[in-house]
Amino acid sequence: MSTLILVEHEGGEIRPATLSVVSAAVAIGGDIDLLVAGSDARGVADKAATIAGVNKVMLADSAAYAHELAENLSALVVKYAEGYSHILFAATAAGKNVMPRVAALLDVSGISDIIEVKSEDTFVRPIYAGNALATVKSSDAVKVIGVRTTAFDAAAAEGGSASVESVEAAEASDKVSFVGQELSQSDRPELTSADIVVSGGRGMQNGENFAMLDDIAGKLNAAVGASRAAVDAGYVPNEYQVGQTGKVVAPDLYLAVGISGAIQHLAGMKDSKVIVAINKDEEAPIFQVADYGLVADLFDALPELSAALDG
Amino acid sequence: MKIIVGVKRVLDYNVKARVKADKSGIELANVKMSMNPFDEIAVEEALRIKEAGHAEEVIAVSIGPTQSQETIRTALAMGADRGILIECDETLQPLAIAKLFKYIAEKEEPGLIVLGKQAIDDDANQTGQMLSALTGMSQATFASKVEFEGDHLKVTREIDAGLESIQVSLPSIITADLRLNEPRYAKLPNIMKAKKKPLEVIPVADTGVDVSSGLSVVEVNEPPKREAGIIVNSVAELVEKLRNEAKVI
Repeated sequence: MSTLILVEHEGGEIRPATLSVVSAAVAIGGDIDLLVAGSDARGVADKAATIAGVNKVMLADSAAYAHELAENLSALVVKYAEGYSHILFAATAAGKNVMPRVAALLDVSGISDIIEVKSEDTFVRPIYAGNALATVKSSDAVKVIGVRTTAFDAAAAEGGSASVESVEAAEASDKVSFVGQELSQSDRPELTSADIVVSGGRGMQNGENFAMLDDIAGKLNAAVGASRAAVDAGYVPNEYQVGQTGKVVAPDLYLAVGISGAIQHLAGMKDSKVIVAINKDEEAPIFQVADYGLVADLFDALPELSAALDG
Repeated sequence: MKIIVGVKRVLDYNVKARVKADKSGIELANVKMSMNPFDEIAVEEALRIKEAGHAEEVIAVSIGPTQSQETIRTALAMGADRGILIECDETLQPLAIAKLFKYIAEKEEPGLIVLGKQAIDDDANQTGQMLSALTGMSQATFASKVEFEGDHLKVTREIDAGLESIQVSLPSIITADLRLNEPRYAKLPNIMKAKKKPLEVIPVADTGVDVSSGLSVVEVNEPPKREAGIIVNSVAELVEKLRNEAKVI
């Protein structure tokens, strides 16, 4: 039994999501090999080699992998898939783009978003926005899996001493090309890996009022998130969205402000260790999952909270 | 150019899913079913592309039980021209769905296939990517904007850190994300008209497509419940609890 993992990286650094995927692979058992695809990515491969528990790192260095184009990455993974019993991806936007292609090219079912490894062929994954947990069993020769990274602790980034082997790139697609990207500028921690998340909902009333959440997030070194309602209303961009159709987070502290707690929002945050809800509607469903609830007008509570955090 | 748009019949997004007592799945008898919300966005995008003059025909395709005809009729009432149902009573995995869409694509030769990025029942987020891999059509998932540039498309995509744009050649497969558009409501006269639009039903067995799957559901359970928390009376009490009881700040 052996597992191949596609490493995610940006700016020369391995994304924390990959470290969680390594932990899922450890839970499955067997050898763990990593595949690094990138342009001038030798440094990334060297860092990947020090992750605890890794057997071997393959490096495919090519301009074709300068951006995370699904066609090119899936062709590469399939090229080196032979002999592996499991192929794992992080269930990130990038991983979700590639995983199903690899499964289809290998003519097996993809297994999305696993949150638990029951055995080498049996996994648990949320369905219906996390309102149910399905235990699924795969009889396919190779299991192609997306790992919900919040469900697995990060593997140690140091301590391993795997070998790095250069491998040939796969054929690049001529049907797709990268044009550009617009990344949100923030000096805050990344939403899915932050220890504390401060989120706002429709109760924030407009985008300008999110500055109050930014202020509190700054004091707590927290990331700022939002409900789908706030994104739909145009208060904040989509990359803030926490929920079934956005990001899944599981921080130590999740502070939900002016968020009613729709099913689809709870799906993205209910595995947080401590949940705090501030809402003026005492009937809001968010209070049913909150460890600490404060029934208050957020426009009174937030300035008070900001001041209290200074004290 | 033809556009194929996929529409899935799912438990209405306002209805809370309940696990069946025998743990075999979710209770779907006598509950409201609707079109998957992301598929509504896909239908809307297909219609706008047609209305902008880039396509002549929009074909709504569903794969599922006979009641999925209602979902197709909804797409027809929104403005799709005709419908195809591949009738199948068992629940299929995304790989089988992708193979059946490939079968339709080979018959219809569309320039564009627009799907929702995920269905809100199995939350798999796989079919579009699989269909691209199987057909060789280009892939543009999680789309928030689609622009025609000559014989190419420029697609803006939602990624974890913001937005990415890619250029893809036609024929292409787009999966719709939340902000792509705001779907229209079907007007009553159009609902009446939709009843007369052609809807072809193909039994899954007639397609010759292998829909078997290596993945089976062992059981479905309720998620663990969070224990009820407490209501605090002031911001000061909240901060005190977070510092000294929960120790998270």
